Amino acid sequence: MTAFDLFLQQAINGLSLGAMYSLLALGFTLVYGIMELINFSHFNVFMVGCMIAMVTLKLFGLNGQDTILTGLPLIGVMLVGFFVTMTLCGGIGVFIERLLLRPLRAVKGPAPMITTIGVSYVLFNIILLTIGGDSKNFPNPLPPIAFNIGGAVLRLREILIWIIAVLLMGGLTYFVQYTKLGKAIRATAQDQEAARMMGIEVDRVIMSAFFIGSALAGASGMIFGLYYNLAKVDIGFGAGLRAFTAAVLGGIGNVPGAMLGGVLIGLIESSSGQFLGSAWSDVVIFSILVLVLVLKPAGLLGRLAPNKS
Amino acid sequence: MADKELLLEFKDVNTYYGDLHVLKNVNYTIGKGEIVCLLGGNASGKSTTMKTIMGVVRPQTGSVTFDGKVIGNMPTSERVKLGIAPVLEARRLFPRMTVFENLEIGAYTQPRGPQFDQDLERVYSLFPRVKERRTQLAGTLSGGEQQMVAIGRALMARPRLICMDEPSMGLSPRFVETVFDTIQEINRQGCSIFMVEQNANMALSIAHRAYVLQTGVVVLSGTAAELRENDMIKQAYLGEMQVEGAAA
Ligand SMILES: Nc1ncnc2c1ncn2[C@@H]1O[C@H](COP(=O)(O)OP(=O)(O)O)[C@@H](O)[C@H]1O
Ligand SMILES: [Mg+2]
Repeated sequence: MTAFDLFLQQAINGLSLGAMYSLLALGFTLVYGIMELINFSHFNVFMVGCMIAMVTLKLFGLNGQDTILTGLPLIGVMLVGFFVTMTLCGGIGVFIERLLLRPLRAVKGPAPMITTIGVSYVLFNIILLTIGGDSKNFPNPLPPIAFNIGGAVLRLREILIWIIAVLLMGGLTYFVQYTKLGKAIRATAQDQEAARMMGIEVDRVIMSAFFIGSALAGASGMIFGLYYNLAKVDIGFGAGLRAFTAAVLGGIGNVPGAMLGGVLIGLIESSSGQFLGSAWSDVVIFSILVLVLVLKPAGLLGRLAPNKS
Repeated sequence: MADKELLLEFKDVNTYYGDLHVLKNVNYTIGKGEIVCLLGGNASGKSTTMKTIMGVVRPQTGSVTFDGKVIGNMPTSERVKLGIAPVLEARRLFPRMTVFENLEIGAYTQPRGPQFDQDLERVYSLFPRVKERRTQLAGTLSGGEQQMVAIGRALMARPRLICMDEPSMGLSPRFVETVFDTIQEINRQGCSIFMVEQNANMALSIAHRAYVLQTGVVVLSGTAAELRENDMIKQAYLGEMQVEGAAA
């Protein structure tokens, strides 16, 4: 492999990881943008998403990498897998918001954030007790098609991940930019009290943000499974922290920022893994988190925090 | 007031922030078609009055009725649907949304359709400047332009009552006049106005009636003409206004 091939390969890997982190970072950023809450339960909604996707694919009779699907069956299984995972994860997000966070809405201080940490542990333990703590083989029905680009390899799974990520992020951008609810989300993020006085039902907006963010976390969890061929109860922490770093890097509260941050973190992880050794990638990523927080707390594209009133 | 049909009524309203008792047994009435002005010093509870009408602050005791309906416990969105719209203190536009999007949010409780286009035309004809700026981010406008958008945004809700909190604050004298002219024009088109103002002179010149609030208590009320002749008002607001205007 030439240096260029290495670079290309790490770009391919990094973009795939980046797609996963971007989708996950969007949930942090949507919720933070509206209510200045760092939602730690998001880490494990991602992990539960990976588990739901695994169970859903198994219900189709897929086991490990034995069954290869092509054509319409493959597209159908993937669509149903993402749909079920995203819907259920969105539902979990709504449940968390509606039952656990809404009663704390008027409470000042760290209580809501600490609640999300508690919820995260509960989700973790539910999976630990039902599915178990060992590493599971994530069903992957993708045919082992790969393209050689110079010395680098581009597999079908990467192409699929990119397509899904682009569709979801394009859809989200359209939604936030052009739909009535999307505009209400932006207005609420910019000035919650003013938004309320325009007749916007702020509770509904917050619930939608949780639904959307959690659904995207679910998609991200399924992508994790498809990318690594594994599901494990403790995957939420590493991916969640990277995605959180991505959100901060892009400017937490900023939707395009989360997408950009995710891609950058993915590229940084893969290239530092390649050129420094994978033990170093965590060091690099979390140094970035600290550096951004110290040097440019608003992130690359600027933080879009709610206006104080 | 007896000759005008009642639109909004506060009866013995008490509002608190935690332990802080802000509105103390306050009574107001606004008739259909009226411009009513609320005067009062800093921290007397004027903005709290507006927030109580909109429902972002709830009265502890007393009743608020709008057009015969008790609204004291109604969610804000329902009140907007009934026809109450705010022009908020310091305008509070959504700064990173365009002028047009701000107007759209103003129409949030209204169906999208020919009615929306009609309302939009009305705002654009009241404020040609707003039309020119419609694709610009609201945060980039001048204070006067922002106030026009804020009034336009309220109009997009098809209100029967607009609650304005210091609409002339921070505006150049030229814009202040435009704003007051517009308020009169909107009122002529049939909308009632409840307006908090520091600029007592201007406010009393367009208002039908006024209330004076002091540390949460209504200490004076009457027709605008009566209040203009009142010695206390002359001293506290009409005279003081010049001083404030010079200091600002
Ligand atoms: N959200 C709030 N929480 C606590 N106290 C408040 C809040 N808003 C206003 N106050 C207090 O209530 C009093 C009345 O405020 P306000 O209605 O804003 O006065 P005005 O508009 O007449 O200047 C002031 O003492 C103010 O400090
Ligand atoms: Mg005020």
